[in-house]
Amino acid sequence: MSTALEHFKRGLWKQIPPFRLVLGLCPSLAVTSTFLGGIGMGAATTFVLIGSNVIISLLRSLIHPKVRIAVFITVIATFVVIVEMLMQAFAYPLYQLLGIFIPLIVVNCIILGRAEAFASKNGAWLSFLDGAGTGLGFTMSLGVVGLFRELLGSGTLAGFHVMNAAFKPCSLMAGAPGAFVTIGCFLALMNFIDAKKGGNDDC
Amino acid sequence: MIVEILLAFFSAVFINNVVFVRYLGICPFCGVSKNVSSATGMSLAVLFVMAVSSAVTWILYHTVLIPLGIEWLQTIVFILVIATLVQLVELFVRKFAVSLYQSLGIYLPLITTNCAVLGISILAIREEYGFLKTILFAVSSAVGFMLALLGMAGIRQRIALTAGIPTPFRGVAITLVAAGIMAIAFYGFADIDSTIMSLRGH
Repeated sequence: MSTALEHFKRGLWKQIPPFRLVLGLCPSLAVTSTFLGGIGMGAATTFVLIGSNVIISLLRSLIHPKVRIAVFITVIATFVVIVEMLMQAFAYPLYQLLGIFIPLIVVNCIILGRAEAFASKNGAWLSFLDGAGTGLGFTMSLGVVGLFRELLGSGTLAGFHVMNAAFKPCSLMAGAPGAFVTIGCFLALMNFIDAKKGGNDDC
Repeated sequence: MIVEILLAFFSAVFINNVVFVRYLGICPFCGVSKNVSSATGMSLAVLFVMAVSSAVTWILYHTVLIPLGIEWLQTIVFILVIATLVQLVELFVRKFAVSLYQSLGIYLPLITTNCAVLGISILAIREEYGFLKTILFAVSSAVGFMLALLGMAGIRQRIALTAGIPTPFRGVAITLVAAGIMAIAFYGFADIDSTIMSLRGH
């Protein structure tokens, strides 16, 4: 059980995307101008990640190695269509907020990466834990980046005004420059913490 | 007519740059921008695949998906078409253009998961562009990608020679911060197209 828990916890800190596992940068930059956007994107990605990890793990003995990437992409795309339709039906404002980046979950390298590196080699339960952990880590990262950018870029936290009236929002933080610089600085912060701890303990 | 085409081209390259305004293709933007020659190879391969795949997905969407009423299958169909096309292009180039294959070959498989290719195909459908406008949009977006990638490669070659970058920032972190500064430069182009349109209106 302790090893199972390890698979879940790995995505939360040791290999947290998009900082330790530098994949899936496009959605991380694009939707994190608000906290809600970040969390929504994280939740949608987690759904696809868990679904595709479990299905690919169940099918792993049937998939011929030569066509595996095509099969992985088909499974992932199926879950993306499911999440697209679910959001259209039950979370339309979020669907409009995330826009083109919902169908683009299909080319998020984190998902294909986990399918190739983990789900195609491990059982369904472990793959579920791996997908849930990685997805939760991704959601946390996007949430923190979104919180930070929303606070400086529009002076709100999750939609609530928290800054006093004298605060002038820095629109640069809500735009592309803020996205790149924030993610870059968080990445450097993670590197700094690693260096302080003295080498990364391997997973 | 000419002015409209030029304006659409200028808009996709500068005003709505794929990397800095649309946030597409960031992974290759960080991964393949270490030097100018590999950046050139990657962006030429993207230009080719983006033009072909947006044309093919446009035709498929309007002749198969709409008549059958299965537009919701768009995501699955488009990504499979792009993956297949990339394979075909690779085979074709390897067979008939050996020298081109030697310079572009290694970048082709990476393009399947380049979100700019799928993103531009989907955007062209969402904006309801016609066939020729779609191709113009894809080509000029790819030129914008090339501009961003080459600019970044030039900057990174300079960064590599710079001493004194704090250790935690080395690698992808400093690349992203530099990209943020490049994005500020692209802010300068914002709304130029609507200004030109309103000037022409007078």
